[in-house]
Amino acid sequence: MTTVSLTVNGQSVTADVDPRTLLVQFLRENLRLTGTHVGCDTSQCGACVVHLNGQAVKACTILAVQADASVVTTIEGIAEGGELHPMQSAFREHHGLQCGYCTPGMIMSAIDIVNRKGSDLDEQTIRAELEGNLCRCTGYHNIVKAVAAGARAMARAPLQQAAE
Amino acid sequence: MTATGIGAPVRRKEDQRFVTGQGRYVDDFNRPGQAFAYFLRSPHAHAAIRSIDTGPATIMPGVVAVLTGDNLAADGIGGLICGWMIHSKDGSPMKAGPHPALAQGKVRYVGDHVAVVIAETLAQAKDAAEAIVVDYEVLPAIVDTAEAAKASVQVHDVAPDNTVFNWHLGNREETEAAFARARHVTRIDLVNNRLVPNPIEPRAALGEYDPGTDTYTLYTTSQNPHVARLVLSAFIGVAPEHKLRVIAPDVGGGFGSKIFIYAEETVCVWAAKKVRRPVKWTSDRSEAFLADAHGRDHVTHAEMATDENGRIIGLRVHTTANLGAYLSTFASSVPTYLYAPLLSGQYDIPAIYCEVDAVYTNTAPVDAYRGAGRPEATFVVERLVEKTARELGQDPAEFRRRNYITQFPHQTPVIMTYDTGDYAASLDKALDLADYRNFQQRKQESARRGKLRGIGFSSYIEACGIAPSQAVGSLGAGVGLWESAEVRVNPTGSVEVLTGSHSHGQGHETTFAQLVSDRLGIPIDQVSIVHGDTDKVQFGMGTYGSRSGAVGMSAIAKALDKVIAKGKKVAAHVLEASEGDIEFKDGKFGVAGTDKALGFGEVALQAYIAHKFSGQDLEPGLKEGAFYDPTNFTFPAGVHICEVEIDPDTGVTRIDRWTAVDDFGVIINPMIVEGQVHGGIAQGVGQALLEGAVYDQGGQLVTASFNDYCMPRAIDLPSFQVGMTVTPCPSNPLGIKGCGEAGAIAAPPAVINAITDALGHEDIAMPATPQAVWRAAQKARMPMAAE
Amino acid sequence: MYAFDYHRPTSVKEAANLAGQAEDAKFLAGGHTLLPTMKLRLAGPASLIDLGQVAELRGIERSGDAITVGAMTKHAEVAGSADVRAAIPALAELAELIGDPHVRNRGTIGGSVANNDPAADYPAACLALNATIVTDKRRIAADDFFQGIFTTALDEGEIVTQVSFPIAAKAAYAKFRNPASRYALVGVFVAKHADGVRVAVTGAGSNGVFRVPEMEEALGRNFAPEALDGIAVPEDEMNSDIHADSAYRAHLVGVMARRAVEAAAARG
Repeated sequence: MTTVSLTVNGQSVTADVDPRTLLVQFLRENLRLTGTHVGCDTSQCGACVVHLNGQAVKACTILAVQADASVVTTIEGIAEGGELHPMQSAFREHHGLQCGYCTPGMIMSAIDIVNRKGSDLDEQTIRAELEGNLCRCTGYHNIVKAVAAGARAMARAPLQQAAE
Repeated sequence: MTATGIGAPVRRKEDQRFVTGQGRYVDDFNRPGQAFAYFLRSPHAHAAIRSIDTGPATIMPGVVAVLTGDNLAADGIGGLICGWMIHSKDGSPMKAGPHPALAQGKVRYVGDHVAVVIAETLAQAKDAAEAIVVDYEVLPAIVDTAEAAKASVQVHDVAPDNTVFNWHLGNREETEAAFARARHVTRIDLVNNRLVPNPIEPRAALGEYDPGTDTYTLYTTSQNPHVARLVLSAFIGVAPEHKLRVIAPDVGGGFGSKIFIYAEETVCVWAAKKVRRPVKWTSDRSEAFLADAHGRDHVTHAEMATDENGRIIGLRVHTTANLGAYLSTFASSVPTYLYAPLLSGQYDIPAIYCEVDAVYTNTAPVDAYRGAGRPEATFVVERLVEKTARELGQDPAEFRRRNYITQFPHQTPVIMTYDTGDYAASLDKALDLADYRNFQQRKQESARRGKLRGIGFSSYIEACGIAPSQAVGSLGAGVGLWESAEVRVNPTGSVEVLTGSHSHGQGHETTFAQLVSDRLGIPIDQVSIVHGDTDKVQFGMGTYGSRSGAVGMSAIAKALDKVIAKGKKVAAHVLEASEGDIEFKDGKFGVAGTDKALGFGEVALQAYIAHKFSGQDLEPGLKEGAFYDPTNFTFPAGVHICEVEIDPDTGVTRIDRWTAVDDFGVIINPMIVEGQVHGGIAQGVGQALLEGAVYDQGGQLVTASFNDYCMPRAIDLPSFQVGMTVTPCPSNPLGIKGCGEAGAIAAPPAVINAITDALGHEDIAMPATPQAVWRAAQKARMPMAAE
Repeated sequence: MYAFDYHRPTSVKEAANLAGQAEDAKFLAGGHTLLPTMKLRLAGPASLIDLGQVAELRGIERSGDAITVGAMTKHAEVAGSADVRAAIPALAELAELIGDPHVRNRGTIGGSVANNDPAADYPAACLALNATIVTDKRRIAADDFFQGIFTTALDEGEIVTQVSFPIAAKAAYAKFRNPASRYALVGVFVAKHADGVRVAVTGAGSNGVFRVPEMEEALGRNFAPEALDGIAVPEDEMNSDIHADSAYRAHLVGVMARRAVEAAAARG
């Protein structure tokens, strides 16, 4: 067992884990943060995307012990005081989800896209940047609309963005 | 239309939990004392099992039990079943081979279930599985659809020539006669590529046994939990129906693959009692590729006869359908009654004859996948129609228009009675939205850039609203396909609707609530939709075949009518009026011609306190149930137009424009309907351009991960132009036709018709990968574009 | 995943010592090749030495006529580096084409070159830019470093510490992605140096990344797409799989090479 200490959604967490525990397993099984999903075993589907020190990563391809001393944000940690994050609201408003399984990873990736590429995103940029997230339900049409709208809304809500 | 009633683009109620990570999928459930199951799967496509030595595994750390097919047999657990009987032309029943949940004596595909290890942790279960010693006698395998019937390999003893059935539909003599007098005959050979459904949530099952009450609970990723319970109890015999609770909570997509009753969930329920621990299994994606039921896999030769006026006069089709190594739950219905009855398409074709040979191979079982049979039929019809138009030198849109059915009801030569439609209206709208008139200009502009542009049509029809019980029963179905609903009005006036439909992305919590809000005049927030739990919902047939709106909501509508009728009785008592004078309007029960009225909530309260009920003629309470059995299939139809641009240097096909005009009848929530269309198109484009399950000759699945099986990504697709036309469905109370499968049915021929148009020849198979398109472009001797 | 012992050194020296002591140890860099392989139980090292806390392995530096990238520098850092974009924009563009954004946030240049996946992108840049792979023991020219599929000049326990790229006059990378995996089905990196042109191809060769001398000579004479007319790589040396057979790969090498030259030439 190896000791791992990290901050998850603003809370300090310390645990002894089998080194082979993936970050996604740690979040889901130890912390019961089941919003982060697992959809494949080859690091492609993106259902497990979380932010590690502010960057979007695939939690299925990181050992929990590698995240020692890191700051992790999951889908459960982005709404502020009961208010949805603008990207969460945009996915709902634009019907950017159906079964909801890929959605947490999509939203976490979408926020990361805005953090890197700004809030004025054209369709091709969004589609290219969603390279690492698979959705089987929506055909991406409404996800693309949601990301564009969420990006604009994030620009209007700078405080929330900073809190992320 | 109110803001939340029928026709309003209401934002989904369920999304609050999904966007915040609070959805609850099967793998999110954990039960006290839970152990983990891991399945040892066959590495061979075909082998006899001489022996299984579980001894070394049982002593591994954390192992609770190691179970095999022998244990299943000893406990009298039956095999998995196929619930639709198909008879061959000669009247003989289909040849169903044994399908044990854990192999008994033989394995028949890579991924077949050999043994299960139950351990304290999943890692320990996997470690122990490696210690199981299986002595296989490896046998030659057959994987090729077209070759299976000729192979010396026999997958099941009961099925000589690996043939499940030789089935047919239509009128052979009339069809032969039509071809004899044809002016022109168009011939085509098609492969409908095998697909892996790949909902992003992999399957999972969590079985639990309570010795105190001798009851079982199964949490499972199911589209139809009641059917799962029925099959697990009545046929497989794992637990009595009244002692088994099946819960299908949030389910992360299904597309058909979660209809079926699989080995893993069977084993989890059975093993939970055996080891007296909750047993949880969660598929990883690699297992899903191997062992989820696949879709499609047809090899077809088809011919279309036309007369001197360019009218289609006959269609004959021969299809070989690969059903894999075992018959999955509804496998036999897919290439038969969900396929051939759609071969008339939108066209007035007087004579049709279709033969289907279904074969076993050493591959994963094949069953319904989004569209199920109807995409295969549409691919045959729409590729042939396009090719015929080209061979006759006619505009493909106008050739279609000339052959459209225009009078309804229309009896096809292949069972179906189309109730209503206006195909030309959809075509006109689609041509307009797609800017068809300027296509040649765009083609020339592409050519100037060294690119090949093509346009392709798909004028599809589907039979949805599955299905009238009497009709499907006469065709071999083992179940009726009605739906049930119960509307519980609470004393506070809030409403719970218990439905046998199951939502795994379709948004029932919103659309069903819209219907209730619309009918009862109460706010949508006052309505809860309950589904996916056999202890709560009386019974239900589940969600597939675009049936939840047409069938599931019709049942709710029926129950709501009963609630209103009962409410009138209650109001009559309270308002001291005659029942016949009570009107229900805008959420109020009023006495006609007066201003005396009670709100819906007041009536609900009065129904439960029953203070004003006189005598015995009225029972307290306000709860009504209904079963709705449709009288006909529904027939959604539409026109999709795909425009592609091909880079002949690399073979990359880019979809430049997609236009869809669909007639789904009455629409409850256009936002959700459009979303269903988008998703369906993406899956159809996936089939046409990207996806294909490939087995090597030895039966190993070559495309066994997302590294090799190409899923559509955002960058592979355009935004879609979606339009609607509406002819209300006359056979259900809401006028709904269904929309869930349309895109997946319409899209593949539209894409391939566009590519063949661009290339100028027909020789391209699905998936039209860059390599395939490049090679086809070479073959067409297209001039290489200047760099 | 099989069980393993986990080590988290903070210096290259400590990492090397650990590797020397442990049986069957593997270094963990970004982990985006190794961890998926371990998850599928296709690899099961007894020890994992995580280089993630070794600060000296990170960073990008421009010194004179070279860009030096620390082995644990992530693809996203290379893609976003102003120094790289100014000196060798093609290298930043290549990094931007690896995997997906999440992979680029974790995957490292050191992991990529040490693994030498035949479809990885960086090996093409290393060969074409005539890079030097620096280890804790020595400096190895790229031409000597890549020795066939998943095979490099690295000794057991040797740690890649840096990759040093000479700044080329002009360079570009053209990648044709495997539609499913997004690895390179064919990737061609073309670099024009003061002393000649180098062309390196990844994804296509049956023996991993390789150079195309005929193209290099032709481009040395005339750095323009048409200089490549009539030059083909031999089909029988190309890889073949369900996504692309050898003939298609050989064809794509030509197409991607022309596109790379075109892009490089356009850099003015």
